[in-house]
Amino acid sequence: MDYGTLRGFVALLILALFIIIVVWSYSKKRKSSFDDVANSIFEEDKINTEDKKRHLNKDSKQETNNNV
Amino acid sequence: MTTSNMSAVDYNFDVVRQFTVMTVIWGTFGTLVGVLIAGQLIWPALNFDTPWLTYSRLRPLHTNAVIFAFGTSALFATSYYVVQRTCQTRLFGGKLVAFTFWGWQTIIVAAIISLPLGYTSSKEYAELEWPIDILIAVVWISYAIVFFGTLVKRKTSHIYVANWFFGGFILTVAVLHIGNSMVIPVSGMKSYSIYSGAIDAMMQWWYGHNAVGFLLTAGFLGIMYYFVPKQAERPVYSYRLSIVHFWALVSLYIWAGPHHLHYTALPDWAQSVGMVMSIVLFLPSWGGMINGIMTLSGAWHKLRHDPILRFLIVSLSFYGMSTFEGPMMAIKSVNALSHYTDWTIGHVHSGALGWVAMISIGAMYHLIPILFNQGRMYSIRLINVHFWLHTAGIVLYIVAMWISGVMQGLMWRAVNSDGTLTYSFVESLTASYPFYFIRFVGGVLVVIGFFLMAYNMFKTIGAKDNSLKSVEIT
Repeated sequence: MDYGTLRGFVALLILALFIIIVVWSYSKKRKSSFDDVANSIFEEDKINTEDKKRHLNKDSKQETNNNV
Repeated sequence: MTTSNMSAVDYNFDVVRQFTVMTVIWGTFGTLVGVLIAGQLIWPALNFDTPWLTYSRLRPLHTNAVIFAFGTSALFATSYYVVQRTCQTRLFGGKLVAFTFWGWQTIIVAAIISLPLGYTSSKEYAELEWPIDILIAVVWISYAIVFFGTLVKRKTSHIYVANWFFGGFILTVAVLHIGNSMVIPVSGMKSYSIYSGAIDAMMQWWYGHNAVGFLLTAGFLGIMYYFVPKQAERPVYSYRLSIVHFWALVSLYIWAGPHHLHYTALPDWAQSVGMVMSIVLFLPSWGGMINGIMTLSGAWHKLRHDPILRFLIVSLSFYGMSTFEGPMMAIKSVNALSHYTDWTIGHVHSGALGWVAMISIGAMYHLIPILFNQGRMYSIRLINVHFWLHTAGIVLYIVAMWISGVMQGLMWRAVNSDGTLTYSFVESLTASYPFYFIRFVGGVLVVIGFFLMAYNMFKTIGAKDNSLKSVEIT
């Protein structure tokens, strides 16, 4: 295989990887766990604030955008 | 508000405090040197006929001070803070952590001494001579061990996105610095690059542009992904977008370097690759900016009361502006006009003062009260004054440089009907003087802002623990 063909394959490989990353991160299955992660930076503060009840209440989780 | 003394985990905040304080001090120092050399361009007598104070020696001191002393201290402080908080574990590495602080400060002091003395490798943003370069490599590898070690021993299952950006930045800067600093020493403070000719130039701008891409962009995006949601008290707009953002950004930035070498001895195809990759880079850059700004959706009113949030969000606007301007300037025909003019200086400062400095300043104002057991900064009003001084300073600076730069580009390319140049170089220089003065005024405003920040910081640190209560706005 000559160098030019090899470069063509590498470009395709990277494009495929990119598409895989997009599909993976935008799959419906992952949405809930990503929302958890996005909210994880607030968890420690909740534990430390006086109203610990809020932490136990799962409803305080804020949703991230569904479509983007 | 303060959690440092209540949290279950025994975080290492000492090193975060040290880097935070030094960030503010180096920010003041670095911009002050910048104003001095801006003054020298108008009043050359300001070098006082002293070799150590000449423009040529102070200019690299200014760039090193703002990028590696101010900006990188901010990155050390925030990455050490964020990685501990999001991994809910103490920093890995024991004494190595303190070594990164003292080692990095030693490097800065070595730069402050060696650059005015005239020791330079003459590579832009990599001027420091080889013994200092070796120390940088050692400290940086220690930084990587501390950071990635902390990720390994994390108590959480997921690695929060800010850490991805910090990790990418740490890893890449190590590769860039070591790659570009390969030299053959000929004496204690003199060395020659192992690369030659166009290859040396390409290595230099592979390093130089990725210092922008990974240190000044990816690193500060790490700051953005933690501190914007924290200050806005809203999770990031789209976590999925942040993942795509990360991979797209890191895989594209590395190719953009050749746009610094348009119309040089660099092969044409390499110039074209650099141009195309720079244009494509617009997409992940704006994806990231939108993700940051839209985090505020539903909470825009907070901008009205919170000058810290204003710093963070306006920094993203400047990020969007300069990442639009950058790809445009990377187009060869635009570059033919803009290169070597003040337009470039304006572009750099809209990125550096707008994006890098404002996001760092915002993060520091968020961090200082937490680190020093207070509910808020000593004076919110002073933060607000700082915000307006800084913003006005940047606007004056970049508008002056745009006008001056486009004017220079047009004057240099103007030809008479017989093909001779219309203007001599010195005529374009004379025409630039009014804009140099406006730039100087803008710089003075930025420096005054930094002095206010330092004052505010020391008052906050000096106050009795928990004496400054956070303000609840309904």
